[in-house]
Amino acid sequence: MSRRPYVRPMSRTTWYMRNGRFKVYMLRELTSLLVGFYAFLVLFGLVALSAGSEAQWNDFLASQQGPEMIALHGFALLYFLFYQTFAWFNLAPKAMPVQLGEKKLPAHFIVIAHYVAWAVVSAFIFWLAGAI
Amino acid sequence: MGTRQIELEVMRYNPEKDEAPWFQQYSVPCEEDWAILDALIYVKDNLDSTLSYRWSCHMMVCGSCGMTVNGEPHLTCKTFIRDLPDKVRVEPLENFPIERDLVVVLDDVMQKLQLAKPYIIRKDDPPPEDEEYPQSRAALKKFKQYTMCINCMLCYSACPQYGLSNDFIGPAALSLAHRYNLDSRDQGKAQRLDILADHDGVWECSFVGACSEACPKNVDPAAAIQQMKVDGTMEWWKQKFGLTGDKP
Repeated sequence: MSRRPYVRPMSRTTWYMRNGRFKVYMLRELTSLLVGFYAFLVLFGLVALSAGSEAQWNDFLASQQGPEMIALHGFALLYFLFYQTFAWFNLAPKAMPVQLGEKKLPAHFIVIAHYVAWAVVSAFIFWLAGAI
Repeated sequence: MGTRQIELEVMRYNPEKDEAPWFQQYSVPCEEDWAILDALIYVKDNLDSTLSYRWSCHMMVCGSCGMTVNGEPHLTCKTFIRDLPDKVRVEPLENFPIERDLVVVLDDVMQKLQLAKPYIIRKDDPPPEDEEYPQSRAALKKFKQYTMCINCMLCYSACPQYGLSNDFIGPAALSLAHRYNLDSRDQGKAQRLDILADHDGVWECSFVGACSEACPKNVDPAAAIQQMKVDGTMEWWKQKFGLTGDKP
């Protein structure tokens, strides 16, 4: 009797189409493209600012105020909320479990703590920006 | 109890005859309380004695009856016919070479489990005679869930990273290493760090989380791996600033 194990290869390009869980994972990972986009946006802003000419900086600001850019920022905000913020906050208890004596702190406490911290930091930023 | 006729679509592969796996249909009269494993046993006993599959305990302890049922990795002894449609497709575990029919080759994972050094490592080895290493219940609670693994390999079958690259050490071996790293009696964390913090260790995991969903014993390997990433990062900083004498 001879051994001849058969290997079923996994498609490197379409594996994530296999089930819903993988698709949601890919949607989460796609947020990296938006992170890249905002990194470039900050760079462009910094370049405009460091050029020293007020006109260049105002051009940059104006370029962000058209309806297309506002739609893009709105889409990015929603996409980030669902596939980055909510997704990672919900996964946080796995990476940082808290044990008090013999009891493990229920996961939802850790998730809620993240939302509270988020609200506090957001309020601080709004306060810095003079919005509140 | 009445019976229900189930169309079982089973992947077959005979290394002596077949170029590639193919599907064979069996019509199986299933009792209400049957699991998929019972249906396979019925096929072997009554319809086709050439069908090969692994099983031993039929009670979620041995971890040998893992297969892919309707596209998802399951222990077939706890996957009940009553929860499934009339047509059920049974394949071997994904991400493993097929030895024959529903039997897969597990050699790769067996080697990876050893990489985790899954035993208590002490600096005072050999341990003093007639002495115990005491452990509080709180200290046990820290790692107990990771001791529940039965090596069924459903997590490897669910993991797309392992499917894409067999070099990845993988969920069960990494959570086993984490189990010993968290054990208050163990002092071998630094010895495990080299392999686990390597490229094929925890950092190959992109936290799909499929391993934890597949795990029939709620071990939650994905959690273990993320905690090891945090641990590994802390160790790296500690070593960078000379804050630890715990060199590998």
